[in-house]
Amino acid sequence: MIELKELTKIFDTGKAQLTAVDDVNLSIADGEIFGIIGYSGAGKSTLIRILNGLEKPTSGTVDINGQIITAIKGAELRKARQKVSMIFQHFNLLWSRTVKENIEFPLEIAGVPKGQREAKVKELVELVGLAGRENAYPSQLSGGQKQRVGIARALANDPEVLLCDEATSALDPETTDAILDLLVDINKRLGLTIVLITHEMHVIRKICHRVAVMEGGRVVELGDVLEIFQTPKQEITKRFVAQVTETEDSAETIRNLRELYPTGELVKLIFVGEQAEQPILTKLIRSYPVEVNIVQGDISHTQRGAYGTLILLLKGSKEEIADAILFLENENVQTEVMAND
Amino acid sequence: MIESLFPNVDWDKMWEATVETIYMTAMSTLLTFIIGLILGIVLFLTSLRQLWANKIVYWLTGIFVNVFRSIPFIILIILLIPFTKFLLDTIRGPNAALPALVIGAAPFYARLVLIAFQEIDKGVVEAARSMGATTWTIIRKVLLPESKPALISGITVTSIALVGYTAMAGVIGAGGLGTLAFLDGFQRTRPDVVLMATILILVIVFIIQWIGDALTRKADKR
Repeated sequence: MIELKELTKIFDTGKAQLTAVDDVNLSIADGEIFGIIGYSGAGKSTLIRILNGLEKPTSGTVDINGQIITAIKGAELRKARQKVSMIFQHFNLLWSRTVKENIEFPLEIAGVPKGQREAKVKELVELVGLAGRENAYPSQLSGGQKQRVGIARALANDPEVLLCDEATSALDPETTDAILDLLVDINKRLGLTIVLITHEMHVIRKICHRVAVMEGGRVVELGDVLEIFQTPKQEITKRFVAQVTETEDSAETIRNLRELYPTGELVKLIFVGEQAEQPILTKLIRSYPVEVNIVQGDISHTQRGAYGTLILLLKGSKEEIADAILFLENENVQTEVMAND
Repeated sequence: MIESLFPNVDWDKMWEATVETIYMTAMSTLLTFIIGLILGIVLFLTSLRQLWANKIVYWLTGIFVNVFRSIPFIILIILLIPFTKFLLDTIRGPNAALPALVIGAAPFYARLVLIAFQEIDKGVVEAARSMGATTWTIIRKVLLPESKPALISGITVTSIALVGYTAMAGVIGAGGLGTLAFLDGFQRTRPDVVLMATILILVIVFIIQWIGDALTRKADKR
């Protein structure tokens, strides 16, 4: 359990004062994959660095599994850091060491004897899928492989929490997906709590259970990933959600659809969780006299279930269409009539 | 053939002088490496936003380094005569040159060490801190290995400068090829002795450069 209470960090830059983190309160459960999303400068980097004591907050406390990280220092803090490890956007591997030696580094720091280190490294190399590359130097690895080394290194001392600092932002989309899959796998297998920061909604959608949206140092929205996708409240959250759904509901697409289908009513349905698996369309067609054209559909999977959007063209009299929409609303499908604009 | 080209060269003396030059260069390089490294580490760690950020220590070390780096070597030797005498009880011979050589070269190397450390990706140091490394571990296992090629090429440059300094130290009677070229060659108008001493100094310099380059290449895994 990670508990952030009234966390504030103010940087004193000589003349001006910059509030990087502004009164943040969060509670992250054990085994959860918790995402923090925000644009650069939102304070998420500072926030994640407070979690392992790389930054000291100006006020407030961080409690990780009963230990007040913000109150300890010196040897005690160094010891605690072995249980709250971190991976980085630019991997931060030692180029002078091989894959094996890089993974061994945190074990050396923890004072693990040589024999045990070797066994642990072997196990970790297998876990992250780098068998056969143990003796390569980082310069000989691809970005994805480097991050795998970073992950193996972070897991070496059996941490309880893994902090991911934009861990996939320097990777191409395919490699990003592979690394995200690995993180989910680790989360399930080792029961590790993962806190990640990112500016990509795709990352949040793919692996997070819950998400906090940060803007100007504050958490402006917090909730289940599905819920955030379904009903984003803040303007910034809507923009982030649009990052991954934009392809289907951008204004231009809608305009094109209107030109293609000048009569009838365009309706966007949003299905969440179990609804996505219900035969709602069948019911609609069987029970109502409207004509239904499927214009566009998309379904994506999050860690908390499926999330789908469907754009339908309903043809019929005004009353018939209104009835059909009422039916959809009664089925608890979020329905949005796409207005002319 | 060689005898006729270098009629005035006393080969035994020439060899003895070569050994003295090599000895002075090797000893001063070793001491410069150790002292320069320590100064460089202090400069780096006490600089702004570093692990031991400390304005006063950084400032004092910086002044020391800049002052001794700036004094022309030939003047430094003269200034350090009382210090050498106090330390070794003599101002003649290869050992007597060492204090001046090291005090002249270590600050120069300290600057190169500082630059080498500044080139290290800050993220790597942050990663080590995030794993719970102590400052000592970071020095030993991150700073030194990650800057190894730059540290080696830096000591190569310094060592070659030291060969030149040993020749200058020859003027005050430190021995070695510099003394030989100055006393036996220049002052007695025997250009062949000066030429031979020069050739030998060049050979020493080339060998140092060659060893330095090979070690740098071997250390660099980037």
